[in-house]
Amino acid sequence: MDNIILEMRAITKTFPGVKALDNVNLKVREGEIHALVGENGAGKSTLMKVLSGVYPAGTYDGEIHYDREVRHFSTISDSEHLGIIIIHQELALVPLLSIAENIFLGNEIATNGVIDWPKTFSRTQELLSKVGLKEAPTTRITDIGVGKQQLVEIAKALSKKVRLLILDEPTASLNETDSDALLKLLMEFRKQGMTSIIISHKLNEIKKVADKITILRDGGTVETLDCHSEDISEDRIIKGMVGRDMEDRYPPREPKIGETLLEVKNWNVFHQQHRDRQFLHNINFNVRAGEVVGIAGLMGAGRTETVMSIFGKSWGHKITGEVFMHGKQVDVSTIPRAIDAGLAYVTEDRKQLGLVLNNNIMHNTTLSNLNAVANNGVIDDHKERKVATDYRSKLRIRSHSIYQEAVNLSGGNQQKVVLSKWLFTSPEVLILDEPTRGIDVGAKYEIYTIINQLAAEGKGILMISSEMPELLGTCDRIYVMNEGRIVAELSKQEASQESIMRAIMRSGEKH
Amino acid sequence: MVAETSAPKTTPSIGDYLRNNIREYGLLVALVVIMLFFQFLTAGVLFRPVNLTNLVLQNSFIVIMALGMLLIIVAGHIDLSVGSIVAFTGGLSAIMLVKWGLHFSIVVPLCLILGGLVGAAQGYWVAYRKIPAFIVTLAGMLVFRGLTYLVLQNRPIGPFPKDFQLLSTGFIPDFLYFINPLPGVVTNFFALVAVLVLVALAIYYGIKDRRTNELHGTENEPFAFFVLQMGIISAVAIFLGFQLSTYKGFPNVLVVMALLIALYTFVTTRSTIGRRIYAMGGNEKAAKLSGINTERLTFYTFVNMGVLAALAGMIIAARLNSATPKAGVGFELDVIAACFIGGASASGGVGKITGAVIGAFIMGVMNNGMSIMGLGIDYQQLVKGLVLLAAVFFDVYNKNKG
Repeated sequence: MDNIILEMRAITKTFPGVKALDNVNLKVREGEIHALVGENGAGKSTLMKVLSGVYPAGTYDGEIHYDREVRHFSTISDSEHLGIIIIHQELALVPLLSIAENIFLGNEIATNGVIDWPKTFSRTQELLSKVGLKEAPTTRITDIGVGKQQLVEIAKALSKKVRLLILDEPTASLNETDSDALLKLLMEFRKQGMTSIIISHKLNEIKKVADKITILRDGGTVETLDCHSEDISEDRIIKGMVGRDMEDRYPPREPKIGETLLEVKNWNVFHQQHRDRQFLHNINFNVRAGEVVGIAGLMGAGRTETVMSIFGKSWGHKITGEVFMHGKQVDVSTIPRAIDAGLAYVTEDRKQLGLVLNNNIMHNTTLSNLNAVANNGVIDDHKERKVATDYRSKLRIRSHSIYQEAVNLSGGNQQKVVLSKWLFTSPEVLILDEPTRGIDVGAKYEIYTIINQLAAEGKGILMISSEMPELLGTCDRIYVMNEGRIVAELSKQEASQESIMRAIMRSGEKH
Repeated sequence: MVAETSAPKTTPSIGDYLRNNIREYGLLVALVVIMLFFQFLTAGVLFRPVNLTNLVLQNSFIVIMALGMLLIIVAGHIDLSVGSIVAFTGGLSAIMLVKWGLHFSIVVPLCLILGGLVGAAQGYWVAYRKIPAFIVTLAGMLVFRGLTYLVLQNRPIGPFPKDFQLLSTGFIPDFLYFINPLPGVVTNFFALVAVLVLVALAIYYGIKDRRTNELHGTENEPFAFFVLQMGIISAVAIFLGFQLSTYKGFPNVLVVMALLIALYTFVTTRSTIGRRIYAMGGNEKAAKLSGINTERLTFYTFVNMGVLAALAGMIIAARLNSATPKAGVGFELDVIAACFIGGASASGGVGKITGAVIGAFIMGVMNNGMSIMGLGIDYQQLVKGLVLLAAVFFDVYNKNKG
């Protein structure tokens, strides 16, 4: 009776040092909309990459049964041939090509390499009407909005005879009308017998469309809920997503909180690229001495953009608002000025934005405060060596010397080098953006210890993290952001994964 | 997890050291091999004092421009306009000296400033307007060549006053002629003494540096290696110095060039500006977020290039004793090739002054040697092209293997 189209059995996938998926099971029936939920890093995207052949058969353990047969996909085209199409969060469209060209990219309607344009256009027209997109096939991708681009991706999937459509956060960057249209389309496809898997953080949307919900946590399957046999509340889903013990993952700390150090008032920022779109609305927050303050939120909530716009206006455009240190207004309009004001910003992406990878530990350590180891522009070798050696031992950077290139260090040690660099500028407020992303559990513990030490020394710490347990385990106070606004401020007592999620969801429904 | 911060590594073995520094020594060895090769093929002409002097005179301006170009390439850019700036500033100096009759002590600084302005004009578009340097300087190459034809009205201008010509054709006089013990052999005793003093200083500071490194527990190269290296470099320097001293001594341009090499080596290895240029070339975004004013830094590397190109322009004009609209055609390619042969990376952040200088001399020796052998420009270009490709391939190969 059960018409199972896809079954993934006991999937285990390890990356060097990390078990991303541990014995994951997923069963999808033909013709249903199956939602896959979980926190950032729970393993949703990894699981879909295993399914689509991005990670080829053999690099993981477990079996994939599709259409009643065991399958070994070694490339994406293997899975696409059988009708498994994945649409990623970052759309894979070529902006300067037309809709028709994008739909048939790599799959052109052609004889001997000569494209049959009339046929291409008429096929495109057909597909566009199926997804309800009223645009000419010759329109360039760059000239249509994100919502329509998403529909083009779906049309592209349809052109490949899709049977199982996988959507990774399809509505993350869409407004409500576009999201609704997309969800209606999915329900339409369901009527026609197509199967979809949808990954989403927006639980209200999932509730609207999903037949089944599979919850992942820490790379394992928690449970699969059937939305038709019982009424599933959002709280019920959240409980499944976050329920775990968190003792001993965070070093203990006695907060000694002092006066207000950093205060940001009425901060408004327009989008860097879409210059007429206001991205951050009226942000107000403060950080006190000795305090660790967290900013929680989903991807795209505007957390990184907030701190980058404050740190020397390194993101955004038409920035207005005031920044105070010790109650006095300060000028943070350029990065050197922000540093002088006592701010330091440890970036989210340490390889792209934090380190000069082909420089050694010593050069990276002194980069932001080179004048402190130089006299009249001439670097004092001995002073510089001493600084680098001191930080290396203080932060316990594992390397064979201070001359080791940053590129050869592990993630945790790279992060410590970035921390050294900023500590050497003697900041009063240290902004940490995803400080433990991509580093192993042991190194995480060391980073938390360093954070605690800095707070104990009276520095203010502002920490952005997508891992909620990490925020709950380390922060004294948590701001919750969603869609460019601060939507809640929670004390340590009030903060829980449920309360944070609820704040996000509630604000999402308001708009 | 327990942090185990191992003690700084003790002295590496000679093999390790060679492997880690293969690029620099490889380059030096290549230069020596190429010199010996041509010494053999030209039946000993290459190392003759007259020819060595010529070698310096012919290549000084390439070396001088390579210093600026290296900074630009390390910063992650390129400058295609230097050949045209050479012609332009050479032409301007000719007009000021010959037509207006100004003294060279006014003209030289004025032309250097003009070169700086030309560099600034291009640096502005690259640094502040974010137009790729390739395009800006390609435009500059055409614009300044065109301006050269305009200011010279399509005609060469010359000859120059004698005092200006000395910039290129003059030699450091023999201050010590009265104590020359070998007047029959050595014709410029001062040059020989100067070389010996410089070699002695190099050895003294080399040893002193090792001492301080030991004191601070920093890695030193293996001692045997140090001795070998010092020995070879000293011997080569003394030999070349001796050869020059049997002719007219040190050309003025050699002194200018040597001072500039020393200055730029210092800037790239010891100064905050140099360090920041390397950081910017290695990762511009990270450098910017570290509080470095990357725009201003980029701007100044172009200003610097303009000044050095202006100096080269005057040296060339003085050497040819005339400023022609066609001066410096194709020089940008020799200068850029010198940097890449010297190990600079096209993606920025990597490269050394010493490398660029050796690279320039490798090109120079090949030009010179092939000319003596009577090979035409056709073969010269062909060989130089292949050597450039081989040198960069060697880099890429080494990188992938390591």
